Amino acid sequence: MTTSSTPEHSETPDVLEELLATLPADLQDERLIASRGVGGAISVFISKLRSGDLGSLPVFVGLIVIWGVFQSLNGDFLSSRNLVNLTLQSAAVGTISIGIVLVLLLGEIDLSIGSVSGLATAILGVGLTQKHWPLAVAIIAAILAGTVVGLVYGALYTRFGVPSFVITLAGLLGVLGVQLYVLGNLGSLNIPFTSPLVEFAQQQFLAPALAYGLALVAGATYLASRLAGRARRSASGLSTTPTVVLSVRAVALATLLAIVVFVLGQDRGVPYMFVLFVLLVVVMDLAIRRTGWGRDVMAVGGNVEAARRAGINVRRIYLSVFALCSTFAALGGILAAGRLAAVNQSSGGGDTNLNAIAAVVIGGTSLFGGRGSAYSALLGIIVIQSISSGLSLLNLDSSIRFMVTGAVLLLAVTIDSLSRRSRAAHGRA
Amino acid sequence: MTVTTAPVETDTALSLHGVSKRFGAVQALKDIELDVFVGEVLALVGDNGAGKSTLVKTIAGVYSPDEGDMSFNGESVNVANPAEAQHLGIATVFQDLALCDNLDVVGNLFLGSELKHRWALDEVEMERQSWELLRQLSAKIPSVRIPVASLSGGQRQTVAIARSLLGEPKVVMLDEPTAALGVAQTAEVLNLIERLRERGLGVILVSHNMADVMAVADRVAVLRLGRNNGVFHVSQTSSQDIIAAITGATNNPVSQRAARHTQGEEA
Repeated sequence: MTTSSTPEHSETPDVLEELLATLPADLQDERLIASRGVGGAISVFISKLRSGDLGSLPVFVGLIVIWGVFQSLNGDFLSSRNLVNLTLQSAAVGTISIGIVLVLLLGEIDLSIGSVSGLATAILGVGLTQKHWPLAVAIIAAILAGTVVGLVYGALYTRFGVPSFVITLAGLLGVLGVQLYVLGNLGSLNIPFTSPLVEFAQQQFLAPALAYGLALVAGATYLASRLAGRARRSASGLSTTPTVVLSVRAVALATLLAIVVFVLGQDRGVPYMFVLFVLLVVVMDLAIRRTGWGRDVMAVGGNVEAARRAGINVRRIYLSVFALCSTFAALGGILAAGRLAAVNQSSGGGDTNLNAIAAVVIGGTSLFGGRGSAYSALLGIIVIQSISSGLSLLNLDSSIRFMVTGAVLLLAVTIDSLSRRSRAAHGRA
Repeated sequence: MTVTTAPVETDTALSLHGVSKRFGAVQALKDIELDVFVGEVLALVGDNGAGKSTLVKTIAGVYSPDEGDMSFNGESVNVANPAEAQHLGIATVFQDLALCDNLDVVGNLFLGSELKHRWALDEVEMERQSWELLRQLSAKIPSVRIPVASLSGGQRQTVAIARSLLGEPKVVMLDEPTAALGVAQTAEVLNLIERLRERGLGVILVSHNMADVMAVADRVAVLRLGRNNGVFHVSQTSSQDIIAAITGATNNPVSQRAARHTQGEEA
C-alpha cells in the first residue's frame, strides 16, 4: 500500500508538480488516502466495512448462519437433493423480486405483484387448456397482460400523482378480481405434464459439461471485461485495479460457480429455470449499473427534482419501471405455473407478494430509493426459501415459518438502518 | 446614481430590455434593463422581495416574461423552458444545487448527458473529463468516485458549478452560492467564480453578502421593488452606496447603525 505522500513543505513547487504528475489523475488530491496494489484493495475493503458500507456481507453471513443452523438440526438440509429443490423454488418468486428491486430503487412500491402474477397464470391456464392457444401465444399474452397493468400504474402515478402504495393496493384487489373473472367457475386447471413449459420448469437440467463450461465462461467473461476496462482506464491516465486482484476475483467467481455446479450435479443438476432467473438478474444488474436508463433510475430514486432539472424524462422512467415490475411479476407467475403444472384461484396468492418484497429488502436494497442492486433479488430469495425449506424439513408448520421469516426481515431492515446511520457518520451515505 | 461609462472593448453576452413580470396583482419585475458582458462578474443584489429570484428564473426559462426582450450574443431570443436556456448557453446553479446524493461526483456531473461507449455508459471517459474539468477549476475534490453525500458544502457547490460548465455555456447564473458556506469554503467558491471569469464567461452572481460581492464582482446591478435601482462599478463605489441603493435611501437601518457606532466610538 502506497500512500500518496503529502509533499513536504520544503519541496519546491516544481518538485511537487513532478511528483503529482507521476500519480494517476484520480489520486492526485493530496487529502486522498490513496491505496494502490493488492494490499490497497484489501485495506479499502476493510475500511469500507468499518464505516458501515456493508454491501451484501450481512446477507452472506446471515445465509451461512441459517444454513449452519438448519444443517445441524437436520442433516438433509444441505443435501444436493434439497439444494436443487431450493433453486427450483427460488426461481419463480425470485423473478418477481427483480421487478421489486426496480420499483424500490425509485423509492416506490408495488404491492400487487402477487395478483399480477396470478392474473398471468390465469391467462396462461385458460389460454392453454380452454382456448387451445399455442404455448408461445399464451405466454406472450400473459406477459403482455402484466406489462399493461404496469403501464396503467405508471400512467396513474405520473398523471395524477397518486402514491404508488395506494395505486398498487387498489391493483392488489382489482387485478385479483380480474384473475378470478378470467378463471370464471373453472376452479383448478392442470397444465399437461407434456407441455414444454412444465418440462422446462420441472425436469430440464443443464448437462454437467455445459454447466462447468458456463462457469468457466462466466469467469473468463468477467476477467476479459475487467481487463479491457483496466486498459482503457490506464490509457486515460486513471488509477487501475491490479491485474492480480482481477485474476483472483475471476478465479474465485469461476470456482464458486463450479462448486455450485458440482454440488447440484450430485443430484439432478442445475435447473434451466434457475439459470434463466440468474441470467435475468445479471442482465438487470448490467442495465441498472451500466446503461443510461439505469443511471436515470438511480438519479430519480436519489433526487427526483435534480433528475428533472438535469433534463431526464422522469415520467418515462416511472412508466418504464412500473411496466417492467409488472412484467417480471407476470413472468414469475408463468414460471410458478410451470413448476406446479397447475393454475387455480389462489395462484399468486398467499405469501407470494410479501416473500417477493421481503426478499429484496433482505437482499439489501433500500426501501427509500436510490440504493440497491439486482443481486439482492437473488440473495434475498435464497435466504427466504432456505428458511422455508429448512422449517418444512423439520416438519414445522407455516405458523412458525411466517414468524421466522418475519423476524429475519425485521433483522435485515434493522441492519440496513444501522449501517445507514454508520455510513452517514463516515461520509458514505 | 448610475455609472454610465461602459466597460472598454467588451461584448455583451446577455442583454435584457424592458423585461416585466406580473404575478396576479403583484408586479414582480418592471422594465428591467440588464447587460452581462463576456468575461465579467455581474452581481445582482437587492432586498428580500426585490425580484432577484424572479429575474434569475426568467433568464433561466423557468418563467416567461410578460413584456420585454432578451438578446443573447446579440440575437433576440425567446426562452420558453429551462432546457432551451441551457441549449442556448445559459447555465444556472440554483440555491438547492439539485445533486443526487446517492450518485458519485462523475454521475452527478454528467447527469442527463452521460457519455456512451457503444451501449453502455462510458465511465472511463466521463471520469477523465471530470478530472480535467475539476483541475481546470483548481477544485479540491478528494475523489470523483465517492457519493456527493460525503462531500462538504463547498465541494458540493463546486460540483454543481462544474456541472453547469459541461455544456460550454456563455453565461452562468449562481443563486446564493455562498449562503450556507463557512469562511474557507466561501473563499474557495469565490476563487471558482474568478476562474469562470478568466474562462471568458459572463457570470451573474446573486448574493446577499456584500463582502462577497465587493470581493469578486466587476459591476453590481441593484434591484429594488422589482425595478432597476442603479448599476455600479465596484472599483468606483463603496458598499455604503450600494446598500443605499438596495434599501432605497441614504437613511437606512444599516447606515443608522453605522452612524451610531461611530458616535459611540467618538463619545
